[in-house]
Amino acid sequence: MGRETQTEGKPSASFDTVAASAMMKELQAAYCSGTTRSYGWRISQLKCLLRLTEDHGEDIAQALRSDLSKPELESYVYEISMLKNSINLALKELKKWMLPEKAKTSLTTFPSSAEIVSEPLGVVLVISAWNYPFLLSLDPVIGAIAAGNAVVLKPSEIAPASSALLAKLMGEYMDGSAIRVVEGAVAETTALLEQKWDKICYTGNCRVGRIVMAAAAKHLTPVLLELGGKCPVVVDSNINLKVSCRRIIMGKWGCNNGQACISPDYIVTTKEYAPKLIDALKKELERFFGRDALESPDLSRIVNTNHFSRLTKLLDEDKVSVKVIYGGERDQSKLKIAPTILLDVPRDSLIMNEEIFGPLLPILTVDKLEDSFDIINSGMKPLAAYLFTSDNKFRERFVRNVSAGGLVVNDTAIHLAVPSLPFGGVGDSGMGAYHGKFSFDTFSHKKAVMYRGFIGDADIRYPPYTKTKVRLLQALVSGSFLAIIRALFGRS
Amino acid sequence: MGEEVEESIDGLRQSFRTGRTRSVAWRKSQLGSIVRLVSENEEKIFSALYQDLGKHPVECYRDELGVVLKSAAYALRNLDKWVAPKKGNLPLLFFPARGQVIPEPLGVVLVISSWNFPISLALDPVIGAISAGNAVVLKPSELAPACSAFLAEHVPLYLDTKAVKVVEGGVDMGERLLRQRWDKIFFTGGPKGGQIVMSAAARYLTPVTLELGGKCPTILDTLSDAYDVKIMVKRIAGGKWGPCCGQACIGVDYILVERKFSATLIELLRRTIKKFYGENPQSSKSICRIVNRDHFERLKSMLKDPAVADSIKFGGSMDEEILFIEPTILLDPPLDSELMMSEIFGPLLPIITVDNIQESIEFINSRPKPLAIYAFTKNEAFKQRIIKETSSGSITFNDVMVQFVCDELPFGGVGQSGFGRYHGKYSFDTFSHEKAVMRRGFFPELEPRYPPWNDFKLRFIRLAYRFNYLGLLLLMLLSRR
Repeated sequence: MGRETQTEGKPSASFDTVAASAMMKELQAAYCSGTTRSYGWRISQLKCLLRLTEDHGEDIAQALRSDLSKPELESYVYEISMLKNSINLALKELKKWMLPEKAKTSLTTFPSSAEIVSEPLGVVLVISAWNYPFLLSLDPVIGAIAAGNAVVLKPSEIAPASSALLAKLMGEYMDGSAIRVVEGAVAETTALLEQKWDKICYTGNCRVGRIVMAAAAKHLTPVLLELGGKCPVVVDSNINLKVSCRRIIMGKWGCNNGQACISPDYIVTTKEYAPKLIDALKKELERFFGRDALESPDLSRIVNTNHFSRLTKLLDEDKVSVKVIYGGERDQSKLKIAPTILLDVPRDSLIMNEEIFGPLLPILTVDKLEDSFDIINSGMKPLAAYLFTSDNKFRERFVRNVSAGGLVVNDTAIHLAVPSLPFGGVGDSGMGAYHGKFSFDTFSHKKAVMYRGFIGDADIRYPPYTKTKVRLLQALVSGSFLAIIRALFGRS
Repeated sequence: MGEEVEESIDGLRQSFRTGRTRSVAWRKSQLGSIVRLVSENEEKIFSALYQDLGKHPVECYRDELGVVLKSAAYALRNLDKWVAPKKGNLPLLFFPARGQVIPEPLGVVLVISSWNFPISLALDPVIGAISAGNAVVLKPSELAPACSAFLAEHVPLYLDTKAVKVVEGGVDMGERLLRQRWDKIFFTGGPKGGQIVMSAAARYLTPVTLELGGKCPTILDTLSDAYDVKIMVKRIAGGKWGPCCGQACIGVDYILVERKFSATLIELLRRTIKKFYGENPQSSKSICRIVNRDHFERLKSMLKDPAVADSIKFGGSMDEEILFIEPTILLDPPLDSELMMSEIFGPLLPIITVDNIQESIEFINSRPKPLAIYAFTKNEAFKQRIIKETSSGSITFNDVMVQFVCDELPFGGVGQSGFGRYHGKYSFDTFSHEKAVMRRGFFPELEPRYPPWNDFKLRFIRLAYRFNYLGLLLLMLLSRR
């Protein structure tokens, strides 16, 4: 179902390699003309994008309802408002971001001056995901435009209404000579990946992440991979329980019903504290989503039948199904699964060995909270790790010992909304980071520029080489003034 | 090392897990050891470099030992600053909360270095890896066997063998290493090797830094001052034949100059070559030889093309016995020849003439992005045009190669010349993960964050996102009624 916005109207045949390389030529020509480099173009495109989100908030919420039954408020909070914020920040800061950075030069190259200039990379590809189809598509595009690149966006085919809306609106609002949307699935993505890009930004899972990186390797293209992972929540016993539970619930079920890369995946707490925690979670869950959560309008549904059956398979594994202590209800016809809590599932179960990406929340219990470090560090590095505690010492140990893309203490998922923090993974949760200025940087090349004059030329640099020159160099590096004098004048 | 490579990587992983490499004290002690390793073994390094490449001690010191000593000293001086968390400002909405970016080591990293600067291109990235607190495996290039052996023998004597290993070997060993799981791979070499490394890295989603090369152009504008011209020619000759006889990724690959100046330029270069290397450069100790027979043949075949051979204006002689190729100047060789299509990486210097020097921008842009661009000019507008309209890892005005020793400048390529960067703080960053950390308390708690959703909460969040605190206050007050 490949369709490029530029050939709108014509129900074109599938988007293949030929079409991809033809499009690439046009975009390269547009980039080489220099249009996208100017501050004016960048600002005008960011403004267009802002208008797009402002004019079509209702349509966006509608598309998200159709793709995910996403509650309107969630659509506003996590997609529309975050995008507007992101654009406004870029509009406000772009001039500053584009300024060259001064760099100090050393005595060795005296007299000289140097600076670091940010330049666009060229034509970049953004492949986004279905769970936040607008945010994860347009947030990287904002960075790409701010940095002065030409961009192709490939939204996820798994959120078809959002994908179609993005293609339509981007075609209407943006400069089509340098910004394109290509819709499609595996075939179209493969055709795109065969092209030579100057950067690829991919949001999704590890399996496809590997494919993207291997394809990029052929052209030596740098990649930004935003993957997921099992994000742990460690819960101490000395906390404000009610607030903590609500914050956990917000990050888990309040973020697209757990279908978010930074959603809590499992909880680790002590044996004694687990019953209290579970009671409190149940109470707050009921307050938020009512007695029959399947009927709550405030929960997203599961995106499609594939994911629905993947999740039920996790849940129905023999050794796991007996561990359900809350929820577990499902409605296949509506693709809904209720918030579900499981206690002490075996570590070798399926649910503990892949990213859950849904409304299931296993709780693991340990004797000492310190044991959570081992559980976390023995798995793949997650995109985020969360801790609830009032113990400052333990908090700092957690910060030191747990490796993850980002850490949040006493809350979940909110670091996503902070543009002064880099957002990105490490290890299996990906590489590279974006948000705020980091987005600009990730789509820029930092070019080192050095200025020299013609005076101050030391003969020592040039052949023919002599013993004295060796001694002088040794002295210069050692920084010993006396040695320099000796090397210059004497035969020490 | 042989069979137990896999085990020894496991061993490094164990050491990393114990936290051994994380302490700043460990990092500093290891950096200190690198300084001692180099300064206590000067003569041995000189002789290894002489065996592998015929490098003169001045060159050795300038391009290898000196670079390593300077980098290590710089890292030692700045490490405390680098490891300190950076503050990330948070919006008032999250008050009270603290945002930080904390650098943490990646784990066990692999450094694959190249043969042209077999000491500095091996140890300089290692300095970054250690500064950032990683365990490291270094694979020196097998094409500089004496230096590789030196590193394999001496690194264990000076550095912590539980966390830093040298693995010697050729392509087989390289492939074997690439099959392992790494937390970062740092590769210096050619584009083909870069592709292999990155494809292998994709399997484990390992981030890579690729330091490749490319044809680095040098633009020569017309300079009116005779003194300036003299310095310029000296710097170009020094940059072309000085560092490893042109076998350098940031060496001058070709020159772009206006037609009317080309004859003078050739004459000046010829005189400079005489001054540097004497009447008979073959017997000069101040110039490197070609690393091996393969590369010698590669360069020889570049000159075989009759149209290329015709364009030789100076030099061109070679001695297969001692793998020597004379500094060679060519004027306007065919642009589709091998010489002008691939990185030369040797002592051949093509001069390409243009009618107007401004055309050189177009010429450069029609080719893959180089690691460096050099331009000799006093025309400020032209400088700005070059900065704005071309793309390369770096640009240096009125000199060549000196950007390499500037600790505050990132060193790295773009496009075909690679990606990722290092030197100074950038080395530290390249081997670190920047972990975003946000610490919050439990109060105050904003009710509108939570379902069940209603219009009030939607309005609240819209205002909150605009950081419209006055609006928020009014909304709260009004809704209370």
